[in-house]
Amino acid sequence: MRQPRQALIGQVRRARIAEVAARVLLAVCLFCAAVPPILVIGVIVWRGLPAISLEFIFDMPKQSMTAGGIFPAIVGTALLTLATALFAVPAGIAAGIYLAEYAGDSLLARLIRLSIANMAGVPSIVYGLFGLAAFVITMHLRQSILSGALTLACLSLPAIITATEEALRQVPSELRNAALALGATKFQTITRVILPAAAPGAVTGVILGLSRAAGETAPIIVTAAAFYAPLPTGLMDKTMVLPYHLYIMATQAVRSNNNVVWGTALVLVASTMGAAMAAAAWRSAQRRKLRW
Amino acid sequence: MVTDVLQALRFASPRATDPEVAVGIDAESAVVPHFATHTAVSAEAVLCANNTAAASEAVRCEEGAQVVTRDLRGAFELEGVSIRYGKETVVSGVSMCIPSKSVTALIGPSGCGKSTLLRCLNRMNDEIAGAAVTGAVRLEGVDINDGKVDAVEVRSRVGMVFQRPNPFPMSIYDNVAFGPKTFGIRRRSELNGIVESALRSAALWSEVKDVLNKHAFELSGGQQQRLCIARALATEPEVLLMDEPASALDPVSTQQIEDTIAKLGQEMMIVIVTHNMQQAARVSHQTAFMLRESNEAPAELIETGDTKSIFTNPRDSRTERYITGRFG
Ligand SMILES: Nc1ncnc2c1ncn2[C@@H]1O[C@H](COP(=O)(O)OP(=O)(O)OP(=O)(O)O)[C@@H](O)[C@H]1O
Ligand SMILES: [Mg+2]
Repeated sequence: MRQPRQALIGQVRRARIAEVAARVLLAVCLFCAAVPPILVIGVIVWRGLPAISLEFIFDMPKQSMTAGGIFPAIVGTALLTLATALFAVPAGIAAGIYLAEYAGDSLLARLIRLSIANMAGVPSIVYGLFGLAAFVITMHLRQSILSGALTLACLSLPAIITATEEALRQVPSELRNAALALGATKFQTITRVILPAAAPGAVTGVILGLSRAAGETAPIIVTAAAFYAPLPTGLMDKTMVLPYHLYIMATQAVRSNNNVVWGTALVLVASTMGAAMAAAAWRSAQRRKLRW
Repeated sequence: MVTDVLQALRFASPRATDPEVAVGIDAESAVVPHFATHTAVSAEAVLCANNTAAASEAVRCEEGAQVVTRDLRGAFELEGVSIRYGKETVVSGVSMCIPSKSVTALIGPSGCGKSTLLRCLNRMNDEIAGAAVTGAVRLEGVDINDGKVDAVEVRSRVGMVFQRPNPFPMSIYDNVAFGPKTFGIRRRSELNGIVESALRSAALWSEVKDVLNKHAFELSGGQQQRLCIARALATEPEVLLMDEPASALDPVSTQQIEDTIAKLGQEMMIVIVTHNMQQAARVSHQTAFMLRESNEAPAELIETGDTKSIFTNPRDSRTERYITGRFG
């Protein structure tokens, strides 16, 4: 009686040590993973904040862009992102709905899903070259906001489709069955029950996809971005954009003003992170209503 | 088929002149065991497992001068219904008749295909990939699996309440108004009336009438299930299918649901699946017992009949063993 009991105590003690060790190890890993992003953001805020002022945001660049503001780049990025959303969001959500609700699990459907997953991993410069060939040259859309937005739409589509499909799949089948059993058609079931329930997840995915597109440089260098341009007047104009502006200021301007570089970086990071955080906040507010 | 029955009956019983109320036993399809409605007087006179029984029953009906009424309006007739998932047949050769305006219980051990059979009454098996139904499932004489029949129409006539309460993530009002809205009813006053009467029928009105805009998830489990019943009733179905509607609920909520079922059963057909023998005995007028004798063989319908006789005097020894709790 005594013997096994002591063995048990020894086992419990060993299990406890393993528990503590695992915890410490995992915490160290988390710390290592968390340091670089925090450092990056910290440095950007610390160096960029002094540059931020009303003129910096609302003025045109001056003295070969080493002074003044970045207003055209902000407007350009906003326009480009909006136009991208206009193309990518309806198409991506529709495709996600089709894949989740109608496509089934046929070989073709699986092939399409696989291709979409692969598309998400294609380097962004490849999208840029595709945009250059397809929109700028073949479709004669020139280097313009339109070409850039179409290119970025292609780039963000896989993320939007996948996010929508996943969000729809996570809606419990009980809800679907409840609606169908009430005599709702499939389309009514989707639009009135499943989509509203999936909206938080889908919208988060959409915003993350778009904010990634907004920060891309490579695809727009060849399709839309201008080194220096006045405020765009239409979709067929080339435009300044934040990521490209940052890139040239950091690499090519000979005596670039560091303030402008860090300020630009801060504006870019703040706007994409702001969008992501707004999405997260909205989602958690919705989730409270949708808990199941 | 209905007219055949009426012909046969008129021949058998000159008293049966009302064409809307068929009298006696359907001798033509006597392989199909028929239930009488609960208003039937003679319990033993309505069960017939084979031809000879049917014939003698019919005679007895006449002799006893007790008119056994079977209202064919709204009745379900199943004939040789088999259901398979992929290659595996799980339910085979089910034939029975479920009368309207009464409560029918479907009992049997876990996994014997009760839910599966229930789902084929409102085409919900359509939603399961690989599920296939063969045989005839007739509602008022029309095979609902016929390619020309729209599943959406079937479901608007045959409502369903699920085992776990599954309200939509919206307000109480919107839950109940969901069905009518999908049928195109938009007028607020009309919707209000429908919502109120559905909630009253489901015995929930007094508890929620002041908080109709509250989120449905804020209700208790029992209230949620009654909300789901109200939601199903709001489309004014002729039939309500209930798959273990009280299995997730406490005794008080169960009692409320059973009271609701008893009340509704006077107006419409209710088919309820339950594992609770007392519940089946309490709420149902007819009982059907299903059994899957081995994992390889599909489930079959062992016995159907008046609830009282099934529980007091089962004809099949397997039924007796099941209801006395000796297997399953
Ligand atoms: N979607 C499905 N796909 C494949 N097989 C299924 C599916 N649903 C049920 N089955 C099988 O069909 C048989 C009957 O299942 P069903 O759910 O109808 O039983 P049940 O009588 O309702 O059981 P319970 O009382 O436990 O709810 C089971 O053997 C089950 O494994
Ligand atoms: Mg079941």
